[in-house]
Amino acid sequence: METLMAYVIGILFAASIYMMLRRSIVKLVIGLIILSNAANLLIFVVSGLTRGSPPLIPDGAGEVTGVVADPLPQALILTAIVIAFSVLAFAVVLIRRAYEVVGTDDLDEMKDTDT
Amino acid sequence: MMLLAVLSGFLLALAVPVLYRLTGRYIGWFLALLPASLTAYFAGLIPAIRDGGSLLIENQWMPGLGVSLDFLVDGLSLVFALLISSIGTFILIYAGSYLKGHRDLARFYVIMLSFMASMLGLVLSDNLIAFFVFWELTSITSYLLIGFNHEDVEARKCALQGLFVTAGGGLVLMAGLILLIFITGSYSFADILSSDVSIHDHGYYTAAAICILIGAFTKSAQVPFHFWLPNAMAAPTPVSAFLHSATMVKAGIYLLARLNSSMGETPLWSHTLMVVGTVTMITGTYLAFSSTGIKKVLAYSTVFALGTLTLMIGVGTELAITAFVCMLVAHSLYKGALFMLAGALDHETGTKDLTKMGGLRRSMPWTSAIACMAVLSLAGIPPLFGFVAKELIFESLLNAPVGGWALTTFALVSSILLVAVACLVFFKPFFGPPQATPRQPHEAPFSMLIGPATLSLFSLFFGLAPFVPEVLLLNPAVTAIFGGDVQTALALWHGVNIPLMLSVVSLLAGSLLFARWQALQPGLAIINTVAGRVGPEAAYFRMMQGITQIAGWQTRLLQNGVLGVYLLTLVLVTFGLTGYTLFSRNGIHLSLDFSDGYFYEFGIALLIVTATVFASITKSRLGSVASMGVLGFGVALIFIHFSAPDLGITQLLVETLTVILLVLVLFKLPPFASFSSPLERCRDLAVAVFAGVVMTLLTLAVLDIRYFDSISRYYIENSYEMAFGKNIVNVILVDFRQLDTLGEIFVLGLAAIGVYAMVKLKAEDQHKP
Amino acid sequence: MKSNTLILRTAALAIMPLQLMFSVFLLLRGHDEPGGGFIGGLVAASAFVLYAFSFGVGSTRKLLRVSPKDLLAVGLLFGLASTIPSLLAGEAMLTAMWWQLPLPGEGYLKLSTVLVFDIGVYLAVLGTLMTFVIGLMES
Repeated sequence: METLMAYVIGILFAASIYMMLRRSIVKLVIGLIILSNAANLLIFVVSGLTRGSPPLIPDGAGEVTGVVADPLPQALILTAIVIAFSVLAFAVVLIRRAYEVVGTDDLDEMKDTDT
Repeated sequence: MMLLAVLSGFLLALAVPVLYRLTGRYIGWFLALLPASLTAYFAGLIPAIRDGGSLLIENQWMPGLGVSLDFLVDGLSLVFALLISSIGTFILIYAGSYLKGHRDLARFYVIMLSFMASMLGLVLSDNLIAFFVFWELTSITSYLLIGFNHEDVEARKCALQGLFVTAGGGLVLMAGLILLIFITGSYSFADILSSDVSIHDHGYYTAAAICILIGAFTKSAQVPFHFWLPNAMAAPTPVSAFLHSATMVKAGIYLLARLNSSMGETPLWSHTLMVVGTVTMITGTYLAFSSTGIKKVLAYSTVFALGTLTLMIGVGTELAITAFVCMLVAHSLYKGALFMLAGALDHETGTKDLTKMGGLRRSMPWTSAIACMAVLSLAGIPPLFGFVAKELIFESLLNAPVGGWALTTFALVSSILLVAVACLVFFKPFFGPPQATPRQPHEAPFSMLIGPATLSLFSLFFGLAPFVPEVLLLNPAVTAIFGGDVQTALALWHGVNIPLMLSVVSLLAGSLLFARWQALQPGLAIINTVAGRVGPEAAYFRMMQGITQIAGWQTRLLQNGVLGVYLLTLVLVTFGLTGYTLFSRNGIHLSLDFSDGYFYEFGIALLIVTATVFASITKSRLGSVASMGVLGFGVALIFIHFSAPDLGITQLLVETLTVILLVLVLFKLPPFASFSSPLERCRDLAVAVFAGVVMTLLTLAVLDIRYFDSISRYYIENSYEMAFGKNIVNVILVDFRQLDTLGEIFVLGLAAIGVYAMVKLKAEDQHKP
Repeated sequence: MKSNTLILRTAALAIMPLQLMFSVFLLLRGHDEPGGGFIGGLVAASAFVLYAFSFGVGSTRKLLRVSPKDLLAVGLLFGLASTIPSLLAGEAMLTAMWWQLPLPGEGYLKLSTVLVFDIGVYLAVLGTLMTFVIGLMES
């Protein structure tokens, strides 16, 4: 399954970079969202996928028995999701503000800091 | 105690603003108590080093990095420490009057005290890294002091020049010190001085020596780095009197003297010092002779003194080192006094130009009397200490191992010029017909005269009784520099011999030269203009201009403001390098083995890919926002299916909120537009596909190869044992890696404040029409 | 922005308390089962967002009583405060501290700096999201 996900991740990265290279700022936002999903999936997949054994210690036991999914990338991704969301919110508000001030949504026009 | 002594300047500097409010105009006297008591403290250490011994006072700082605040007290460092603290005492008193009523007086004292503490740290540090830190601190504080009148463009420029030259040299010095640490394996001056390891034969020796020499030369204003010193006269006079006579510029000399016994005695070291020292000596006196501003004249004569000191270390015989120590003390005494007197003249008459002063001995009798003593020492006339030093210089040059007569000739020439300069400094302002000055001249206040008077009296006392400082300090200092037991024999009168003859010659010739000074001025001015165009200062300005041009060119090239270009560059470089490294290290691990997946997992993957591709090609905003939702839920399904329930829940919630956010904001923006041409789109597509391929290959490679074991085992095993939690992900977040999470919630907070600010700003804009 | 749908309003009134209770439940059980400060904070935030969509921003502010910014600040403060007890106890900063308080009857109440920290995360996440949403809806 990891092999398949590797291809999915590649497609996600390609799509996000293509969208971010567009000159419309709205497409940039879409590109950002895809990028954060792609990055999260990447971290998740490279540590190996495990079905049906979450990193929880069963009741009454002091230790995990058998194989469990790797908890470390999960902890990383959990914060990454929340951070990515707040960064996205920041970017979106910034973009809207820039659009209101500059009056264009063409990124190539937004290169003057004096407006 | 030592640690407190060195750092007390910094501590007192913190308290200055409060003290200023309490003591008002007497702040100078009050603050001078610190360096005065430091002087007493250092003087109390004299017995410990009188027999050529040394003290090592240990203080930990960063033991893991080999950095300590150990202090090494021997003859050399104690001479410097005493000069710094004693002259500092008078400078602080003096500055109180000189800058009376200046609105930034408190700031001045803050920086001045910090500078003094840095300087003490520099000369007393045993650790090379601590030494370098203090070295840089003196560069920075002196930058602030030179540019003290920061509203003056010229002062800012000069301060920056000084900083560039000394801090640039500081970087080179750091490289040199690190090489020295490599060679000797020790961070300590004391170890280096006493170690048996032959530094000279090491492969790094040449490089280390050159770097250290450049560092010392920039700091001590040796040719070709001498130009910053006269420009630093833009500083208020107390600063010049302290930094540019006795302390800051002597730091380089201190370093040379400190390392002389372990790094010197090679042709590279001693010949470089001799050549550079001689050239600096001649250049300094010549430029001093051809200047008209009193501070410039003194600054260039300081350059002369620094050159002479370098030359003496280069010659390196017992006699030369004795001459070095005497010259060091003599120069600090008379030059500190002269600078303070020059400030008094400037303060009372309102001009710095020697040609505009005259006949001041009537209105400023005390000033002229003190100036007389200091100038006699400058010119090397008995019975002042300057004479003792001058005799020793001639004597040691006559007995120099190489080039004795040539060096003596050069010394004689510069000594003639120096006598002329001394006459210039004394006779021009105090004798001749009185001239109209911007201010009606009157005697300088007591607090501005006590310093020069005391220093000059010391000059006289040391000259009359040279054995007193010799026994107490100078002999141990010579021993410390020379690295072996030395018996010096200082005396005012040596009988009629060649050095005495040379002194007489220089006096006569110098006086004659002074008589012709007025007539020579036009010719000298022409030479100086020509030299100014090709000299090192012009090279400095060309270099600074070049840097600005290169910076402008590369800014226009790289920072062109087009986001697309930034992204393209970033993506191509990042993925290009990643791809290349991956390919060259591991080859390609292509795999098309999908047999381990279930059909519904294929379904989720297909869902994700379809949503992504649809979002990328659709022309409808709503469509792409909806497909973002689908993408997010698809990813959440992956998380849940592959044993990450926490992630799944979080992803679902965030996805909901994302859609709400997009609905709130995105629909206030214009609909999708296509700005780019088909060609651009093909280019971007190619770049994107390239990046995607690299990412896929990277993922496959990572899945195939494990360079090291996962560290997750630790968390899994200890989650319940040590942290009493059964949800390992949560335990990692709130316990094992709590600091990271703390940082992350602060990032959240920052984003929220940013958004809040942008929204509020807009609201306020709307209120204003 | 405010919805006039009766169904949404009624549903929101019914669902919201449940959501808030659930968010606290998720927060408290987070150490042993799926949940925790991040998730709890998100659930609580979505409860308030739902309310804001049904009844408008003004009434949401009233319901919250404190400004979202203050929630955020209190959250960060909790996060920082949780690092202090270990310092007082002479341990390295950020070392988790645990206290067992005997309850009347049987059982113990487990208190820890970790719990304080997780509450901080909960409040910070809630505060951040509410700052976003309320700010945007007001503009």
